[in-house]
Amino acid sequence: MAAKKVTKKSTDENHDLIKFYRDMLLIRRFEEKAGQLYGMGLIGGFCHLYIGQEAVVVGLEAAARDGDKRITSYRDHGHMLACGMDPNGVMAELTGRGGGYSKGKGGSMHMFSKEKNFYGGHGIVGAQVPLGAGLAFADRYRENNCVTFTYFGDGAANQGQVYETFNMAALWKLPVIFVIENNQYAMGTAQERSTSSPEIYTRGEAFGIKGEAVDGMDVIAVKTAGDKAADYCRAGKGPYILEIKTYRYRGHSMSDPAKYRTREEVQKMRAQRDPIEAVRTLLISEKHATDEEIKTIDKEIKEIINACAEYAKDSPEVSAEELWTDIYA
Amino acid sequence: MTTEILMPALSPTMEEGKLAKWLVKEGDKVSAGDIIAEIETDKATMEFEAVDEGILAKIIVAEGTEGVLVNSPIAMMANEATESTVDLQPIEKNVQTDASSTKTEFKSQEAPLSGIEAEWGAEIQTKTQTVREAIRDAMAEEMRRDETVYLMGEEVAEYQGAYKVSQGLLDEFGSKRVIDTPITEHGFTGIAVGSAFAGLRPIVEFMTFNFSMQAIDQIVNSAAKTLYMSGGQMGAPMVFRGPNGAAARVGAQHSQDYAAWYAHIPGLKVVQPYSASDAKGLMKTAIRDDNPVIFLENEILYGKSFEVPLLEDYTVPFGKARVWREGTDVTIVSFGIGMQYALEASNQLEAEGVSVEVIDLRSLRPIDYETIINSIEKTNRCITVEEGFPIGSIGNHLSAVIMERAFDYLDAPVINCTGKDVPMPYAANLEKLALTTTAEVISAVKKVIYK
Repeated sequence: MAAKKVTKKSTDENHDLIKFYRDMLLIRRFEEKAGQLYGMGLIGGFCHLYIGQEAVVVGLEAAARDGDKRITSYRDHGHMLACGMDPNGVMAELTGRGGGYSKGKGGSMHMFSKEKNFYGGHGIVGAQVPLGAGLAFADRYRENNCVTFTYFGDGAANQGQVYETFNMAALWKLPVIFVIENNQYAMGTAQERSTSSPEIYTRGEAFGIKGEAVDGMDVIAVKTAGDKAADYCRAGKGPYILEIKTYRYRGHSMSDPAKYRTREEVQKMRAQRDPIEAVRTLLISEKHATDEEIKTIDKEIKEIINACAEYAKDSPEVSAEELWTDIYA
Repeated sequence: MTTEILMPALSPTMEEGKLAKWLVKEGDKVSAGDIIAEIETDKATMEFEAVDEGILAKIIVAEGTEGVLVNSPIAMMANEATESTVDLQPIEKNVQTDASSTKTEFKSQEAPLSGIEAEWGAEIQTKTQTVREAIRDAMAEEMRRDETVYLMGEEVAEYQGAYKVSQGLLDEFGSKRVIDTPITEHGFTGIAVGSAFAGLRPIVEFMTFNFSMQAIDQIVNSAAKTLYMSGGQMGAPMVFRGPNGAAARVGAQHSQDYAAWYAHIPGLKVVQPYSASDAKGLMKTAIRDDNPVIFLENEILYGKSFEVPLLEDYTVPFGKARVWREGTDVTIVSFGIGMQYALEASNQLEAEGVSVEVIDLRSLRPIDYETIINSIEKTNRCITVEEGFPIGSIGNHLSAVIMERAFDYLDAPVINCTGKDVPMPYAANLEKLALTTTAEVISAVKKVIYK
């Protein structure tokens, strides 16, 4: 059996798996470092970590093509790293320095990259949903066959503007994938205490929008679902909903006392369902990579993270003149 | 026995209309509910039904007649018992009566007053146009010029605009660029802002700015702030437009003036034209601007006619006030429909020998402070006029700026004439009291000139 792995298909799979591992680990280590810098007072305000949810963006980015767009909420660091934004620029924005993506004027929740088609980074729960449909509206207007990945959480899924958007996206057949990252807690309110029906992916049915639930701790399952949804949108059939069941290990933000769930619940998820451990195990058990190769990746990531933390600390303070720039184009 | 059929009021602001067509003729038997005529209002052509049965004895106003005043008799009905041959004397009422029988207390100011040259120069020809037509022409011209400009809103396409502002645009530009939305302001505004992030140039029509409150998060948090939060990488080049402020008798939820609300927000530009030429020129500037622009129109002004220059590409810059009348005794600063009170007051005051300078701000963000300060340095007195609520009004802000920058020039306190600090009442008499009035402006002027 082992010999058969060295086929063209397996080589691709091998490459994908290693990339998945690397990209997820980059996000994990970046977020751990961000948490650490927050504790040191180098990052201020609200800081929402993505730890535990890495497979969602990494899997979906693997389904994206050049020109596709993405937009998300304030829990956005992972999305930025996954679409190829520079960790230095992201971390320097977290520290509010001149080298940050928004020159220190956006912060953790409000970052953008025109170059990478990353449209934020939005601090108002659910506001990015019509905005994402608007990005897709522009693609349809230009007939360029691109899709927009519009991410929001199970909490945002209860906002009224989401359903206004579902209606128009379906009516106008907008090429938008609504990605509901269901991490089971809207801030501190568990899904069963906030959401009348547990199957959020069915909420498009009233508008004729297809949806499916996806295991968000399995990066390959996410990628497969992303491909299917993107093909559907590119075929001009309109929007698609992916409810990706995931879990965040850390609090809603750094200032979350986490009284709403047990330590055991978190531990159990980490031990049994960690998306990065799952890929590492697969890489080794299927002999896609050796222990040595994995260690080399781990080391590379550690270096990238240390370097970006140094960059973010050393990046100059924003000049006072910047207070008055970028208000008007 | 005969009864008069009166010209109906078919919209809240209708004062007169065109009797487009009679669908019955003299001698016809008419039942209640029969459609007897088509009447064209400033908004649409409407069918007019009979409310009684009888014989149409006499048509008083011929079809095709324009400017038929609301409540003037247009026909006579005889009940069936009456012989239709009864000799009916024509009713001696002039269809085009003066304004005393209408609700409005203003006549439109056709052109700049008191020898002030029009901004476009005396040699340029003009045409008379309503504010409504001017806004439509501006949108059409810009849509011809730039493929990325599109119009979105409730009833903008097939209905031809709830206030007929977008009339004809669907025919010319098609449903890709003139888009009817569901009644979901929050959602479609967000979609428009998102499309602007991606480089399109949407014009969002709010049926009235009162409904923009549903969407204000997308306007303020998404459209206005993203350029700053992205360090200049992306913004929202777009226009939010629609009627703003009180119309007539539509009550508290449909009558608010949002000038001060939106002028508060860095990242937005805010304009509120009074005349048709400014409406056109400012709209073209707004569509070309790379920032989100709040364009505040007014339902009562839509039907007012002004001279508009016959120029291929007439634009009016933001941040530049227009002096409508030069004077030396007092400065009145206003904008939008407030200009009607300001000009009306200035006419009356001139007759009494008071020399009034009238400044139309046109643009509320940015504001042309220079023109105001220069004027006050000359007149030493200032009154502001607007229809919005008093607390945190544009006038309050101007008073503060004038105090800081022209304190030594002031010979009297600045007085703000504003709407009253009450929700807009429905009753006609209370509504008049709730708005500011020409009399209040005149009385404020007299107070500051100590007369």
